[in-house]
Amino acid sequence: MKFGVVRFPGSCDEVDAVLACEQQGEAEILWHGDRDLKGVDAVVVPGGFSYGDYLRVGAIAQFSPVMESVAEFARDGGPVLGICNGFQVLCEAGLLPGALLPNTELRFLCRQVDVEVVNAGTPFTSVCEQGQVLSIPVKHTTGRYYAPDDTLAEMEAAGQVVFRYVESWNPNGSVRDIAGVSNRAGNVVGLMPHPEHAVDPLTGSADGACLFASAAARAVAA
Amino acid sequence: MRARVLIRPKEGILDPQGQAVERALPALGFDGVANVHVGRLVEFDVVDASQVPEMCERLLANPLIEDYEVLTVE
Repeated sequence: MKFGVVRFPGSCDEVDAVLACEQQGEAEILWHGDRDLKGVDAVVVPGGFSYGDYLRVGAIAQFSPVMESVAEFARDGGPVLGICNGFQVLCEAGLLPGALLPNTELRFLCRQVDVEVVNAGTPFTSVCEQGQVLSIPVKHTTGRYYAPDDTLAEMEAAGQVVFRYVESWNPNGSVRDIAGVSNRAGNVVGLMPHPEHAVDPLTGSADGACLFASAAARAVAA
Repeated sequence: MRARVLIRPKEGILDPQGQAVERALPALGFDGVANVHVGRLVEFDVVDASQVPEMCERLLANPLIEDYEVLTVE
C-alpha cells in the first residue's frame, strides 16, 4: 500500500499526513509541479495555505499540474482524501460538492471536536463503525461548509455526508453540522477536521488513524 | 482594455464579515448603516474583454457562493 501526499507551496500538514500514512504503509510526497503520481494507491491532499490562499482558499491550487493528475486518478475511481485546505481545494476543483466559507465567528479555531462517522461505506471510513464518534482536532478560519438546499438533499439521499459534528460541537456554522462529504461515487472524501493530527495517544487521541487504516484495508482487499 | 470585476457574497448566504463591519460602524458613532456586505475588486488589463465572464466563472469568483459583476471595460 502506497499513499501519495500532495505538497503545494504553503502546505503545512503534509509531514503529519505522511507520518499517519506510514503507520499503514508507504508514503511519498507528490510535488505540486509534477504530474507523475508515482503509482500510489491513494492520494491525500493535506492542510495548509496552498498558494497563500490567494483569491479564495483552494482557488489557485486546483489548477496545479499535480491536481490535473489527481482529478484523473479520482475519475478512474482512485481514493482521494482532502483534509482542511485539501478539502477546500477538492471543492474548488469540482471533485466534491459545495464550498467552504469563513467561520461564523470569523476567528481562527483550533480545538478538539467530536465527529460522527455518518457513512462507514467510503474507502476512508470502511474500518469505522457506522455512528462511531471520533475525537479529532479542527484548526481553520474558513471551514463553514455550504451547499444549496437542493444539493444537500441529493447528497443526504446518496450517503454523501460522511462526517458530522456531534450536536453542540459544530465549531464554524457548517450547514447541517456537516464536517466531511464525499463525491457521488464515494471515492473522493473531504473533511475539515484533521485525522492526521490524531494518530497517536501521546497527542491526545489516535481516533484519526482509522481513515488511513481504511484506505490500507481497501488496498489489501484489492 | 481595463476590466474591473466586483465580486460579492451571494444573497442569502451568511456574510459574517459584513455583519462585523455593520456592528463596528455604530460603535464609531456612524448610525443608520444597514445591510453591509464585504466583497472584493479585481482589476486587470485584458486584450479580449469577451473572455472576462468566463474568467469570472472559472477562477475569479466561485459562482456557488459569489455573484460577480463586470463593472467597466474601457
